[in-house]
Amino acid sequence: MVDDAIIKTTDLNCFFGSVQALKSINLQVQRNEILGVIGPSNSGKTTFLRALNRLNYRVRSYSQTGEILLDGQDLNGIRDNVLRKKVGIIFALPQVLPVTIFENIAYGPKVHGLTHREQVDWIVEESLKKASLWDEVKDRLNQPAVKLSGGQQQRLCIARTLAVGPEVILYDEPSSGLDPISTAKLEDTMQQLKADYTQILVTNNVKQASRVSERCAFFLMGELVELGQTDQIFTKPNDRRTNDYITGRFG
Amino acid sequence: MTKTQNSKRTDRRATAFLSLGFRALGLFRISNFGFRDSPGGGRRRIGEFIIEWCIRASGLVVVAFVFLIFLFLLRDSLSLFRDFSVRDVLLGREWLPISEPPKFGILPLLVGSVLVTFWAIVICVPLGVAAAMFIAEVAPRPLKHVLKSLIEILAAIPSVVLGFLGIIWLGPFLRNTFHLSTGMTGLTGSLLLAFMALPTIISISEDALAGVPKAYREAAFGLGATRWQTLWRVILPSASSGIVAAVMLGIGRVVGETMVVLMVTGNAPVMPKSILQPLRTLTATIAGEMGETVGGSEHYFALFAVGLVLFAITFTVNLIADVFLRRARR
Amino acid sequence: MNGAKIRQRIAFSVLGVLTLAIVVPILLVMVYIVVNGAGAISWEFLMAAPRQGMKAGGIFPAIVGTILLVVGTMLFSLPLGVLSAVYLVEYAHDNLFTRLIKLSVVNLSGIPSIVYGLFGFTMFVILLHFGTSILAGSLTLAIMSLPVIITASKEALESVPDTYREISLSLGATRWQTVRYCVLPYAIPGILTGTVLSLSRAAGETAPILFTVAAFYLPRLPRGVFDQVMALPYHLYVISTQVPNIPLELSFATALVLVGLVFLMNLVSIILRAHYRKKRLW
Repeated sequence: MVDDAIIKTTDLNCFFGSVQALKSINLQVQRNEILGVIGPSNSGKTTFLRALNRLNYRVRSYSQTGEILLDGQDLNGIRDNVLRKKVGIIFALPQVLPVTIFENIAYGPKVHGLTHREQVDWIVEESLKKASLWDEVKDRLNQPAVKLSGGQQQRLCIARTLAVGPEVILYDEPSSGLDPISTAKLEDTMQQLKADYTQILVTNNVKQASRVSERCAFFLMGELVELGQTDQIFTKPNDRRTNDYITGRFG
Repeated sequence: MTKTQNSKRTDRRATAFLSLGFRALGLFRISNFGFRDSPGGGRRRIGEFIIEWCIRASGLVVVAFVFLIFLFLLRDSLSLFRDFSVRDVLLGREWLPISEPPKFGILPLLVGSVLVTFWAIVICVPLGVAAAMFIAEVAPRPLKHVLKSLIEILAAIPSVVLGFLGIIWLGPFLRNTFHLSTGMTGLTGSLLLAFMALPTIISISEDALAGVPKAYREAAFGLGATRWQTLWRVILPSASSGIVAAVMLGIGRVVGETMVVLMVTGNAPVMPKSILQPLRTLTATIAGEMGETVGGSEHYFALFAVGLVLFAITFTVNLIADVFLRRARR
Repeated sequence: MNGAKIRQRIAFSVLGVLTLAIVVPILLVMVYIVVNGAGAISWEFLMAAPRQGMKAGGIFPAIVGTILLVVGTMLFSLPLGVLSAVYLVEYAHDNLFTRLIKLSVVNLSGIPSIVYGLFGFTMFVILLHFGTSILAGSLTLAIMSLPVIITASKEALESVPDTYREISLSLGATRWQTVRYCVLPYAIPGILTGTVLSLSRAAGETAPILFTVAAFYLPRLPRGVFDQVMALPYHLYVISTQVPNIPLELSFATALVLVGLVFLMNLVSIILRAHYRKKRLW
């Protein structure tokens, strides 16, 4: 594999108060890959994800040591709003704002200073197309977003993230509230986005990781146990704990 | 090579081709719509800086007001204490601001305030707590809403209106009932103040009663207690912190009320011997005499000393109420 | 029926009677004012200036004065109150300064209205040379209204779901943009309700305006913010205590107009609350 890391963490330790949520994580994310992150609950997956766009800092007691590089640049040297424009996130349950479909997506461009109406229209359309939602909603852009189904809302969230032009998209258990059909559509969408975005998928669903990701990281109790090609992780893991987890012995 | 990987590869090729197509069209770089990384230009960031500065400043302004109020009261009071000892002012039994030499003993006013407040609280606490119990635990839902709205109406009546009614109606009524020489007495004030403090006491007590955990209620019912026994022996004691807070806030309201006492208590700044006599409170003294003083005179400063005493009393009472409110919330 | 049941019935009846002892006077007061005041209310009474030493004519200048004071109060207290609440909910860390602000709000809400009057007099009338004026009176009333507005705004801001903030921040919005677009719009109804309520109190207050703005008798309209005005509550105080031989009807009618104005504002606040509660999507 060509070494083209877009994200690189070095000795990353994360703390909530005195509780250490992540222990010395060294990990690289390749450009345009889908990295699956699996592990039981409380293993630090979500903390890892939210460390990448500094959302963890919303918790007052949070602190971290170590280094995270995005395109070779230290995260601490980037302003939060600039960072989060580059690194978008999709939350566990579809979170839409109580405004119209159009306004949900136009929000990002608006806060980044884009006011030209035609340009915004075009961004909304393109974002919805890329999130494979355009055909379903193009006639009702001015309806409240909360009226969409759960699966549609989640793809709306993807479109909303795409609209600010990110490089990396983080998914925090994106299909935990969705039925199997919506999940399948979501996974299709992720595949289509591969050409242009780096995607990191945190999931409780081991099968989903095996379907979608190219490489896979296994977290356990705040440690990165194993990182490798998804095939290798699922067929012949190096660590016994990884094997135990994916075969369903705990978790 | 497995089948899934095969299809994955085709997918990848397809999307790569697609995006290549888009790029070839030169319309846009698909992943980034090509607008700036930083939100807005410099002007926007300056606007944001200013508004955030305003937000922080407004917090500071609120604190500053409390300090300023205290400082101004203190400054002008201290001017009085240059010529009159603190002891003479606080414990003096004569308030004769325009006699020669003037006397600024605020004890009659303080006793007036305490007396009026005491009777107002004695009247309104039992009524208010009983009403809160009725609203929280006895009244069916529609009646509860009606009662709450009525209490809100009472809270909205301006005090000057109640003072007016005290003059033309309650005062004469009390004079005839108790065969007094005048209807403008401490009792008239106490009754009206009790009425005015009711909304505070009822709403806070009711919150406290309603905030008692359901589990307590169910445990009591489970032991075979009636609703009344549960209310009296379980809910009321558990809500006691909140009720104490309600009483303290009621006291604060009564002590600080001005217009009603100014209008109906008869304005006699002498040491009151009974609640059925005319008297004068701290608040009414300021309101009644401020307009007649000369700025910078001793009398003027004396009124600020009265204000400082009032400030100290309500400050303490509200602080105690706040402590109990916090305890009730826990 | 056993003893416990009988005792319960007696106890509940006692509570009911005590509640009635509160409710009946409230209704009596309302009816008393309306019955005695309604007769004297006329177009002339509402729209004309007082004549013959307030023994005849109307109360138009007092109505205008009170409305001006309410508007002035709002201009100062609404921005200041809302921004302070935004600071407390959206910006503040749990430090000494924040605790100081919260303590100040508690104390402001407890300070007697006459002490506000004293403060307004030394600060605005004397020190800042505003004189007894609309400006001084509005500022005094505004400080008095602050705690209610801050508390209501704080509650309204806290009731906005945190996910909205998280969405906004995750899209790269700055903190202020998040507050401006994703929090304030949903908190506005609660803020307005609290504001109107506190303004209705300000409209009925007399003590803070005694020495800061209120004019005893001024049968013309103000020309600027440095003018004195008549105000309804002060006018009622004056005609019921300071001037002998005022026809009682006029006092009642003035009381009715004042109560009516205050209730109207309360009603607006209740309607706002109900309207937005029905419409809210979160």
